[in-house]
Formats: sequence, structure tokens, C-alpha cells
Amino acid sequence: MSGESSGGSETSPEMRNISDSNSTANDDVLLSVRDLKTHYEERSLFGGDPVRAVDGVSFDVRRGETLGLVGESGCGKTTLGRTLVRLEEATDGNIVIDGDDITTLSGDALQRWRRDAQIVFQDPESSLNDRLTVGEIIREPLNVHNWKTPAERRQRVRNLLERVGLREEHYYRYPHQFSGGQRQRVGIARALAVEPDFVVLDEPVSALDVSVQAQILNLLMDLQEELDLTYLFIAHDLSVVRHICDRVAVMYLGKIMEFGPTEQLFQKPENPYTRSLLSAVPTPDPTVERDRTTLRGTPPSPRDPPNGCVFSTRCPAKIRPDGFEELSEHDWDAIEVFREVLRERSRTDPSLSERARELLGLETRLPDVEEAAGELFASRSFPSDVQEPIQQSIEAANDGNEEHAREIITAALGSVCDREAPSLLATGRTDSGRSSRCHRHKEEYADPDASGSDSPQS
Amino acid sequence: MSRHARDDNVPLNADATSSRDLALEVENLRTVFHTEHEQIHAVDGISFNIRRGETVGLVGESGSGKSVTARSILGLIESPGEIDPASAIRFEGDNITEYTESEYESIRGDGIAMVFQDPLSTLNPVYTVGNQIKEALSLHQDLRGTAATERAIELLEEVGIPDAARRVTEYPHQFSGGMRQRAVIAMALACAPEVLICDEPTTALDVTIQAQIIDLLMDIQAERDLSILFITHDMGVIAEVADRVNVMYAGEIVESAPVEPLFAEPKHPYTRGLLRSIPSTQTSGDRLETIKGEVPTPNEPASSCRFAPRCPKSFEECSEVAPIPTAVGDDPDHDAACLLYPESMTTDEAVAHHRPADDGGEQ
Repeated sequence: MSGESSGGSETSPEMRNISDSNSTANDDVLLSVRDLKTHYEERSLFGGDPVRAVDGVSFDVRRGETLGLVGESGCGKTTLGRTLVRLEEATDGNIVIDGDDITTLSGDALQRWRRDAQIVFQDPESSLNDRLTVGEIIREPLNVHNWKTPAERRQRVRNLLERVGLREEHYYRYPHQFSGGQRQRVGIARALAVEPDFVVLDEPVSALDVSVQAQILNLLMDLQEELDLTYLFIAHDLSVVRHICDRVAVMYLGKIMEFGPTEQLFQKPENPYTRSLLSAVPTPDPTVERDRTTLRGTPPSPRDPPNGCVFSTRCPAKIRPDGFEELSEHDWDAIEVFREVLRERSRTDPSLSERARELLGLETRLPDVEEAAGELFASRSFPSDVQEPIQQSIEAANDGNEEHAREIITAALGSVCDREAPSLLATGRTDSGRSSRCHRHKEEYADPDASGSDSPQS
Repeated sequence: MSRHARDDNVPLNADATSSRDLALEVENLRTVFHTEHEQIHAVDGISFNIRRGETVGLVGESGSGKSVTARSILGLIESPGEIDPASAIRFEGDNITEYTESEYESIRGDGIAMVFQDPLSTLNPVYTVGNQIKEALSLHQDLRGTAATERAIELLEEVGIPDAARRVTEYPHQFSGGMRQRAVIAMALACAPEVLICDEPTTALDVTIQAQIIDLLMDIQAERDLSILFITHDMGVIAEVADRVNVMYAGEIVESAPVEPLFAEPKHPYTRGLLRSIPSTQTSGDRLETIKGEVPTPNEPASSCRFAPRCPKSFEECSEVAPIPTAVGDDPDHDAACLLYPESMTTDEAVAHHRPADDGGEQ
């Protein structure tokens, strides 16, 4: 699926160096993202932690490929896509195309990038202006970029309408006269109007019914082949991603957890998160024996990501510290849930009325953690090196010091997953282009039970 | 279910299953919306039943009438909508379509409860989650005060919310999406219903959270012997949760079958098309099979097959005769409403079989 398309902009020699210094950079690469961060409310009036929507992401987009970006809601995939087309300002890092760093573009160069890179939005109900006719909507980018003459623009819109499976006479209709699928076709035509090289498809089919979804996916694949487009395909639907993408990046809490060619990644996921995500997808086959790892809880807040691995609060393959191997899965799970409870509690800000009640001695801010602990640990007996820190932690939490309570447990029962953020390591065969972010890929932590793991184990 | 089929096609379950095993029976349900310009036959003569402890799926694309079916069962159809008086929905021996509003209130929640797609619109943002569960408890179980609070905490624990004693004092916005749906399920359980209608309960959730909620619903069903009507557009979810499946298209049930034969041998061209357009079932990179066109709005009574304009197998009679549910395949519970069936007949015979007779269809 590779094609040649003109990069679009002039290359300045010193910028060329940036991309050349990356070992992966070659003629195939359209776009290099390096350590990109997009944080919201960084300098907010009231202080507080910023939302780390995208938190240090690096990858290359190859010419003519479809790169998939998957993850659950809130993982930062949409923010990343929007940052690439400069709808959001990056906080840190670079996005390099033909030697230009997109994050610092301005003036004409930025204008050019905004023509070369387009985006198709998820919701065709809200991304089209209801007061413009379909023709005007598709023509708008042509007007903005001052493309040729008005007559030529009209002709181009007519051609585009036909190209995306609509009819010429739809030019004068309004979006509300169209179904969801047709509206999404309009959105695609608008994105293609100024002949971009790179299109961010932000969940383009998730608002559509499955039979209509298939039509749009086919259209996107046809257009890519015909126009040599490069796609960044953002989706939460893994089956769609598997169908349409050449390579996939799996995101969790602002970080890429796993990266690799689609088929390999789906057939043999390396990262525990990818494995859990894939096992959660329901298959349309009732006879399939489901071997599912149901993940516990929800992703933590991107304002307060875990210190170690971002996935450590839910990870089914989390490494245990030495000396606790004999604890059962259920016991260990209960401890992890208890840590989650403390975590949630330490993030609860008391409301004004709660503060007032507390001051007046009417009630304490939170009910005793003992009740939650009782529910979790009832009918479990732990050895003393587990029981003691839990007891101390409960006491600290009852004194209103959840932070300290968390520290006690992490110190006693935490492992490398809680302390160190793993880096993205190359996995699989040497030239496979796969990488995954997990401590398990290091020899000393290799998990003998990990199914499908190809990581260095011997 | 058997009423519309000819005698020779009466599904076995009509005899084998006495009405006492049925938690809910929907017979010839028609729900029409009267608008200025036209009448929308949102649900157009569908029949199905739910046995005790079983999960029945209702699957279809948007606009197929799934949610209107659920609302009809709960008596939530308001003007300009209207349930045809000839329709029957039987619950505990009564035809509840004849209920007055106050009679309906006595079974809503207690008898039949519902979990909606969007938990945020089900929960009231200005009351704590605990207060909302307690409201349900005081209405349906006559529990108040500390006893109600304790029961609310128990219910939250039952649906897998950790630290329930604290959570019970929190507001919906302090819950994550999955937690909210758990809270909604806790509210539904507060009334101890017999039948739970789940209308796209996982559609707004991420897959890992969807898996949690499906696990939870299946656990609760096993514990409480609940009968569940599970409405979704997602064939993957249906394959996982349902015992029997009804496929809806433009207000009608076009195919119904136990889950395994439905996926192994779909008979109706619509079901086949729907299954083939799911990406995961095909090799990647290929073009997906599609169903051409879009779902029509059923704005007149069915006098033909509504799928015919999109159907790859349609022939002339498809636009003249409205097909009736007909036994297909090996499983006695497997019906499809399509002029291609019964397969044992020639096309002409089959068309004659479906063509309405003056004697009301009895032979």
C-alpha cells in the first residue's frame, strides 16, 4: 500500500537533520512523531495537575499506509490525532514532516500543512454546518485555501460528490436531508477537497450502523488507493482496525503500549493490555469458547497517572515483589482493589458543605475505610508480612491520610511495575518492527504463563 | 409466536412450553406514531416470548424498532405514539397493554425493569447515587432510613462497586461510565424484577468495561433467575449473551432462532448481509460485503417485503406479498419471514404460502 506523493513543502537543511538523526527515518516515512506531549490546563488559573492527554508518544507514519490508533475512551487517541493536524497545540516534542516541525509552524507554512493534512470527524451529526448546503460545505476548504477559480471549485465539488458515492444534485441539499452514512460521505468529500496527503480519520464509522459502516470503509480503502493517501485511523472498534490498518498503535492513558504490524499484533499480542483489550471484544460466533481476561476497574485519571507503568493499576500480568508468590490470585486481587480504593479516596476533594460539616464536627469526610476493607478482605487470611502493612495502611487512611496509606502499601507490596515506567522495547523478531511497553519483556521478569508472548525468555 | 404461522409450521415450542414457563409474551405488537404527514409503523406486528431465566436478544440497526418495542412493553409510549388495541403483551397472565397508568406503575420496576443505553440520562445529576437507589427501595420495597442505606450499599457491592459505603454518598458525575451503568443496574435490582429489559446497556461503554457489565448481567441472571430481553445492534454482544435471537428490520422480526443456528446458518438475506458486513469475520484488507442502500422508514402497513429493495435475492413477488414467519432449517424454533421459504416448496408454492388468504390464514 505504498505510493509516492509529493511532500508538499520545502525542506530546510537543519530541519532535515532532525529526522535523519532518527534511525527509522527513511524515504518511506511521511511523518515522524517524537516524544509528543499534549497536556490540557497546564497553566490553569487554579493550579492543580494538568490533564496528560498525550504523554510522550513517538512513532513514524509511512507514506501510503493506514496507521491505526486504538484505545479506550480517554486514552488520548483523539487528542493525538488533533495535535497532528494542529487543531491542538503540542506541549512538548516534535512532529516532523519533510524536515519541518509541525508543532512550530506558523504563517504560510502552517497554512500549507493545514491543506496537506485533513481530518474526518466521528459524528456526522455535529461536524457539518446545518445552515450550509452540502455543496457549500465541501467548497469551504477550497475557498479558504483560495483554490483556482470559483467555476473550477464548483466543478471540483461536483466531482467529489460523485467520487464519494453521492449525486451531483445533492449539491443544493442540506445535511439534515441526509442519513448518517451519507453525511459521513460529505465529511469525507470535504476532507479530500484540497487534495491532502495525510488524513486523520477520527472514528469515522463508529456512529454508523454496521451495514453502512462497511460501505464507508470500502469507500475509504478505494480512495486511499486512488489518491495515494496516508491515513491515521483512530478507532475503538478493534475489528474495524484489524480490517483496514497496516500497522497499529495501542494507546493507554496517553502512552503507546504496543506498536506493530496489524496481523502480527492481533494474532500474537505482546503487551498485557493489548491481550486484555483483544480478549474483551465479543466475537459474532456463539460457539467460540471465550478465554477472557476481564479487566478490573477503569483507567485512572490522566491528571494523576500512576507512578510506574500506566497500566499497573489494572494489569493482569503485574509483577509481584519477591516473597509473595504463594498468595492466591484472589488474595492479590483484593489487595489491588484495596489500593484502588485508597487511590480513589485520595483524589476525592471535599465539597464546601462537607468541609463545613467536618468543621462543625457533624461527620467525617469519608466513611471509615474499614468497611471497604472488611468487604474486600473478609474470609481472607494473609501472612503477617501482608497483614501488617494493610493494617497500618487502614489506620493511616482512617486518620484521613490516604497518601500515606498508599505509600505504606506500595513500600511493602509494590513491585517494579509501581515504581518504574517501562520503556517501549522492541519485541518479536528483530526486523518485525514491533514494540511493547512492559517490564515483562525483560528477562528477569519474563512471565512463563504469558500466552502469546514472544519476548526474550531464555 | 405461533399465531401467524400456518398450522403445518407451528413451532414446537408452542406446545412444549406452557404459558407458565413464559416470563413475557409479546403477540402481534403494533406501535404506530401518528405525525402530521404520515404514520410511522415503528413496530409492525411482532411476536416473541421470553422464557423464565432466559436471555432473548433483539438485534437490528438503528430505526428497526428495537427501542420502541422495549418502551411498548414498559407502557412508555406517549402520544403521538399508540399501541394497536389488537396487540397483546402478556406478563403474569395479564395482557398489560390494557393496563391503566396506575396498574402499570405496579409492575414497572417490580415486575419489569429497564436498563437504558445512557446511564447519565437515567441518573438524576442532583441526587446522590445512594438517594436514587433509596428512592427505588422506598417505592418498591418499603425500606427507609438506615435500613434503606444499608440495602443500597449492599446492592452497590452486589454490582461490583468497591468502597460502596463511600460511593453511596457520591453524585453520578463522580462515577465513571462503567460505574454509572453498574449503579443503574443496582437501581433496577432494588425493585427485584422478574424481567429485565436491557436497551443497548453496553453501547456507550469501552470494550473492557462492556465485558465487565456483560459478566455482571450474566452473574445476576444466574443468581436471581432473571429473564432478560437484551437489545443491541452488536452481533458480537448478541452471540455472547443471548439464548435466542430475534432479528428486527424496519419494524418487523425477519428472523428468529436459537443463537447457534442463527449464526451458523442464517436464513434471511438480511441476517446474512448483516453478518457478512462485520469486519472481523472476513479476511483483512478485502472489500467488505455491504447491504446496499439504507434502512427505510416504515411509513405504511407492510404490503410487501420491506427488505426487498435492498435484497440481493429479491424477485418480482417480493414487492407484492408481505412474508410471514415460516419455519426454516432443522431447529423447530428457527423462523424467517422471507418468500424464499419454506425451501421444500417451489417459488410459486412458497409465495402462495405467504400470500394472505381470505380466511385469515387458518387452513
